Amino acid sequence: MDPSRKRKIRLVVALGAALLLAGALAYTSFSASSEARTPSQLAAGSDPGRSYQLTGKVADGSVRRQGATITFRVRDRDGTGSVPVRYTGTVPDPFREGREVIVTVRRQGGVFVGERDSLVTKCPSKFKSADQPAR
Amino acid sequence: MGVLGRACLILALGVALYGIAASVYGARARRREWVASGRRAVYALAFLVTVAFVVLEVAFLRSDFSFEVVASHSSTTTPTFYKVTAVWSSQEGSLLLWILLLSLSSSLVLFLTRHRLREVAPWATATLLGFGAFFALLLVAFAPPFGQTATPPLEGAGLNPLLRHPSMMIHPPMLYSGYTLFAVPFAFCVGALIARRLDAEWIRSTRRFTLAAWLFLGVGVLLGARWSYSELGWGGYWAWDPVENASLMPWLTGTAFLHSVMIQERRGMLKVWNASLILATGILAVLGTFLVRSGILDSIHAFGASTLGVPFVAFIGVLIAGSVALVISRRVELRSEHRLDSLLSRESIFLINNLVLVGLCFVIFWGTFFPLIAEALTGKKASVGPPWFDRYTVPLALALVLLSGVGPVVAWRRATLASLRRTLLWPAAAAAVVLVVLVPLGAGDRPLALAMFALAAFVVSVVGQELWRGVRARMAMSEDPVPLALVALVRRNRRRYGGYLVHVGIAILFVGVAASSAFRHARDVRMSPGQTAKVGGYDLRYVKPTAELANEKISLGAVVDVRKDGERVTTLRPTRGFYPSRDVEQFGPIGRYFEGEATSEVGLRAGPTRDLWTAIQPDIQPLMPIIAEGNRRFAQSSGDVQGLVIAAIAARYERRPPPATFRIIVSPLVTWIWVGALIAVGGALIAIWPVGAGARRRATAGYAARVAREIGSARSGPGRPEPARRARARA
Repeated sequence: MDPSRKRKIRLVVALGAALLLAGALAYTSFSASSEARTPSQLAAGSDPGRSYQLTGKVADGSVRRQGATITFRVRDRDGTGSVPVRYTGTVPDPFREGREVIVTVRRQGGVFVGERDSLVTKCPSKFKSADQPAR
Repeated sequence: MGVLGRACLILALGVALYGIAASVYGARARRREWVASGRRAVYALAFLVTVAFVVLEVAFLRSDFSFEVVASHSSTTTPTFYKVTAVWSSQEGSLLLWILLLSLSSSLVLFLTRHRLREVAPWATATLLGFGAFFALLLVAFAPPFGQTATPPLEGAGLNPLLRHPSMMIHPPMLYSGYTLFAVPFAFCVGALIARRLDAEWIRSTRRFTLAAWLFLGVGVLLGARWSYSELGWGGYWAWDPVENASLMPWLTGTAFLHSVMIQERRGMLKVWNASLILATGILAVLGTFLVRSGILDSIHAFGASTLGVPFVAFIGVLIAGSVALVISRRVELRSEHRLDSLLSRESIFLINNLVLVGLCFVIFWGTFFPLIAEALTGKKASVGPPWFDRYTVPLALALVLLSGVGPVVAWRRATLASLRRTLLWPAAAAAVVLVVLVPLGAGDRPLALAMFALAAFVVSVVGQELWRGVRARMAMSEDPVPLALVALVRRNRRRYGGYLVHVGIAILFVGVAASSAFRHARDVRMSPGQTAKVGGYDLRYVKPTAELANEKISLGAVVDVRKDGERVTTLRPTRGFYPSRDVEQFGPIGRYFEGEATSEVGLRAGPTRDLWTAIQPDIQPLMPIIAEGNRRFAQSSGDVQGLVIAAIAARYERRPPPATFRIIVSPLVTWIWVGALIAVGGALIAIWPVGAGARRRATAGYAARVAREIGSARSGPGRPEPARRARARA
């Protein structure tokens, strides 16, 4: 085979591999991603197997501890809809009632079960514009 | 003092703009005095920015709360070490640090190259000053660090407790040093493209800067990981967080660049690729700063207010457009001088390694920006988690480690299968031995981790074999003893052997990563004093609670006794520090001491085979009624009395402790991540260390003699490149 033809084939193979990888990336990232939802959106409907990123505020007076498991309700940032969440494990430092949280959940029956280590607490609003980490 | 700082920054902007104009004019009109003036503008920029930085440092040290930045990031009770470093915990201060480091590294490189690269340097100067002008503009117009109030508060907000960790305070300067040092090869590449001087001279002149950038950025990334492991209280060192990714991406492309430039230096190939790589690296470095500072992606430590978004996006847009235009318009000059001879050659291994590194970078880029991509395409916010990243990065990392073992022993231009078989026989055998030993130990059910162990053994034995060969050859010639021969060997080619050592370090690091992610045992348990939890073969007993009032915080913790098979291993003391909130109205005068930020002090026992890691989360809910009562009864009391009340509450916690939640992790070989990193740093230092004047003289004398011989015998080609290449090939 003459060299220029060989090079061309090589280029095509390389480009094909790159395209394949890019396609796989795009496809899997969409199917593996978890959509961001508010509590009232989740309450309105959700697929049992899918994971969602739930964002909202921890409802006042809803936090219960039982062993290493915590149950609480997450309500809309401004609104009344709320959903129950069960989370096992240590919660981040600034976790309190009334604070904004993001947690990856899956529905199990009537409860949304948080994935391990997925709970992130946003700092209270007085810090919002300041240089405060958000976990 | 604030006036001085502000004046310095405005002057800095002016000087940078002047320097750009002078350099460009000097380069176009070939007026050397204007070029020199442009270079001096860089020195002036460095001086002005240094003064501004010192002014801010002094304000922090004196706790001068009339500066808004000081009031919101420091306090009189902040320890001195953290006062010094609190400067760059603020948005404004960290941008100031960026431009400071940029102007210092720019000054250094322009001073060192002042007699060389006559055509390239002025354009590089203008490019570096372009970065300088952009950051000076940010500091003057968008994030002024010297904002002052007429009514300074009596006490400042203090440094964010989470950032009170030694590695966290060194981490930003390290990262920024890396970012700004990458601006140096970026600028010289731009200069070479504009001046159409596309031999390898610009690469050689900035090689040490590229290596230093790579080293600092790598160290910065690792310090961040270390901080996460020992401060954040979740026990991991890497979470594919956007900000972590932001610092890793330019490091990956920088690594690719360090390898592929060797092909350009030696064979004049891959010029488009190299130029694109370093341009991408420079842009990713700015992008990294932008990601952290703009808060565009939700992240654990996206610190920024969003006022910087627009100027940063505009700047990055200019960088990308300019880079693409430059590379395309110079494509003829960027044509390779040679072609790839064989797929089995060092060139092609390096090329594959480059593709893997860039692929890795692309995967991380896609995952990091996925929330923005998804929102743009579907209108819905979504994000991908660590499992998605792992799916791609783990195989790519395996390929990378394999290549780092094969690369060093494949010959340039064309290698034969027979020679490869000879050199790789023993390393492959070592890898096989590791497989055979580890499979019965139960590593077989984690094939990816097992593969990493085998590949690491392969890499280490390749490097060991190379060293042994070199030493033996050396000993045959000089009859030195082994250690002496080893030192002489490494000294003769620091770049090569430093690089080998980096490969060993990285392989060891990956062993730590693979072992600790595949074989770790983690448990969250709730225990009362006296109870025991079993994790990974260890029994951890919660012996008793501790409570302590110390420097600005209330520490509630535990004494945990660790035993294995009944034998005492160690005692761990995890605690959690509660820092006071300043919000008296919401939490009350007593409650504010418990409702502020809280941070974990991890109880860690590191060891060569495994780390025992514990964090505690004391339940202060049962204390709430008492705190509420304290709020009522002692609202008007003096600070001393309130202090006594807090001490009493802490003492009560110690006396009648409610159950606490523990996170316990038994993680094998984590220590080797840090050990591997240190080895890699050592290798990089060997490669980077300036060659002594004596050694250089000897080398150049020998080189001159050789060139004279060659010219005498051949008179080959137009001047230097050809004999130089041959001389190096022989060396």
